[in-house]
Amino acid sequence: MDKAVVTNKLTKRFGNFVATNEITFEVAQGEIFGFLGANGAGKTTAIRMLCGLLKPSSGEARIAGFDVYRQTEQIKQVIGYMSQRFSLYEDLTVRENIRFYGGIYGLSRADLKAKSQQIIEQLNLGSVADKLVVDLPLGWKQRLAFSVALIHNPKIVFLDEPTGGVDPITRRQFWDMIYEAADRGTTIFVTTHYMDEAEYCNRVSIMVDGRIKALDTPNQLKRSFDVDSMDGVFQILARGTSTK
Amino acid sequence: MNRFLAFVKKEFFHILRDRRTLLILFGMPLVMVALFGFALTNEIKNAKIALLDFDHGLHSQQITNRLLSSGYFRLVENVRSYEGIEATFRRGEVRLVVVFPPNFSNDYVHGQQAQVQLLADASEQNTAISLTNYATNIIQGYANEQNPSGSQPVAQINVEPRMVFNPELKGAFVFVPGVMAMVLLLVSALMTSVTIAREKETGTMEVLMVSPLTQPQILFGKVLPYLLLSFLNGCLIIALGVFLLGIPLNGSLALLLVETLLFIFLALSIGILISTIADTQLVAMFASLLIMLMPTIFLSGFIFPIESMPAPLQIISNVIPAKYFISIVKGIMIKGVGLGNLWKETLVLIGMSGVFTAISLRNLKSRLS
Repeated sequence: MDKAVVTNKLTKRFGNFVATNEITFEVAQGEIFGFLGANGAGKTTAIRMLCGLLKPSSGEARIAGFDVYRQTEQIKQVIGYMSQRFSLYEDLTVRENIRFYGGIYGLSRADLKAKSQQIIEQLNLGSVADKLVVDLPLGWKQRLAFSVALIHNPKIVFLDEPTGGVDPITRRQFWDMIYEAADRGTTIFVTTHYMDEAEYCNRVSIMVDGRIKALDTPNQLKRSFDVDSMDGVFQILARGTSTK
Repeated sequence: MNRFLAFVKKEFFHILRDRRTLLILFGMPLVMVALFGFALTNEIKNAKIALLDFDHGLHSQQITNRLLSSGYFRLVENVRSYEGIEATFRRGEVRLVVVFPPNFSNDYVHGQQAQVQLLADASEQNTAISLTNYATNIIQGYANEQNPSGSQPVAQINVEPRMVFNPELKGAFVFVPGVMAMVLLLVSALMTSVTIAREKETGTMEVLMVSPLTQPQILFGKVLPYLLLSFLNGCLIIALGVFLLGIPLNGSLALLLVETLLFIFLALSIGILISTIADTQLVAMFASLLIMLMPTIFLSGFIFPIESMPAPLQIISNVIPAKYFISIVKGIMIKGVGLGNLWKETLVLIGMSGVFTAISLRNLKSRLS
């Protein structure tokens, strides 16, 4: 039971349209799991089910041992979430954002204080701690959003295209943060459409039209498809069937 | 509970940082009260009047001169008969007709009751009241001068005001309750729906949904600051009405405040309902303005009396929440009645809040499955 995510034939239908079709996979605790797929392949629907935002049509899924049908409240306590839109309040200062998110996860006053200090120091945000977030550069916002998503020490953090619109250097820095979090034992469940980022993951699954078409380590995938990059793997799997 | 407080605190940050919104919030009632209050009541200089003088005597002449030299009135027409009065009013220019009956001067001089009739176009009630009051004062003043103080008054002039078109003067003071209804609807419904839509637009709503905050906590946390602000706003408008415009407060202030809270709650539930449908701030704003503001202005009896609307519009006016609130506020402030007379309207407001809240909750649920 030390799997972070376990799904078995997890399916979501919207009317006649099958958004995710019997997907089955496991993610180990502390793993960096890449969840790839073209737009419309069903990634977002899958993530929403795993986070307890959407009820599955059929199949099973457990997050840190909690059932997605009946234990959504417990699931919410142990997961973190960050979307490509960074989800910070731009009319609040850096410190207020940290305190707000800490607050809604029920951190005590003392914890809040310590955590804010810690995050501000880690990210070198001391000089802008009391500035509104709207004035921060994109890369800073992104790192702040990630730290905030981890504020309650979740077991699993879901990152939905966290690096959208950010330049390669900033993306590389962001992945350093992801590695640090994984080293501390946090499971990372990340979607992306940058294939260079797929290389950074421990294991990668590729969704096409609602199904998982491949799931393995990046090296193993490249070997079995006989290409030298993840982009090659993706092209072979998704060609002709996606609109990317 | 701490989670909830953290959420409410954040909401206050949003509101207090947004200067423009704050300005609208508290500037709007001021401007509206000033506009509707003073624009209507001060429209008295050079009001156009007509004269129907059957007397042609000394005193009717002098009173007419007195009226015209006061600066409030301007004679635009001499009417020849009672039938002519109606036609004059219908043309819509003349606000007041002064009628001196035959033998007016004679009656007055010989110490009998002399009568002056004032006919006012009461389709604009405030103007009508003010004009008849001014005219009455001037005429009584004339009579008093003729009878030096101390001596037994030899003769009196009876001024008999009559309101044409709207004899009971329904709708008097309607603008303050109307402004209240409008401002509260705007602040509560529009602003909550916009702020919830904003969270959806920026993607923060997703994060809130994934957090341990429950949906009722999120909704109530959104609504609570606006409940407080709207209530403050309501008090401000009542105070402006009473102290600045001299509207009486004949009934119970406590009841008035409770009803105000109830109406705010209703407006907030409409705001939440709109936000469950609208995904962007723009849609939320237009929905609020179209669904609520326009009908409130035109169909609640605020500006146009419901009694004089065509039948289909009268029926529609029954679903306008502001209509009931306006009649509650009028009832309490002007007529001084209590819950005993207002329980029907109160029940309607409670019922409407219940229905809107139920629909919102259902909408939210269906979003999740």
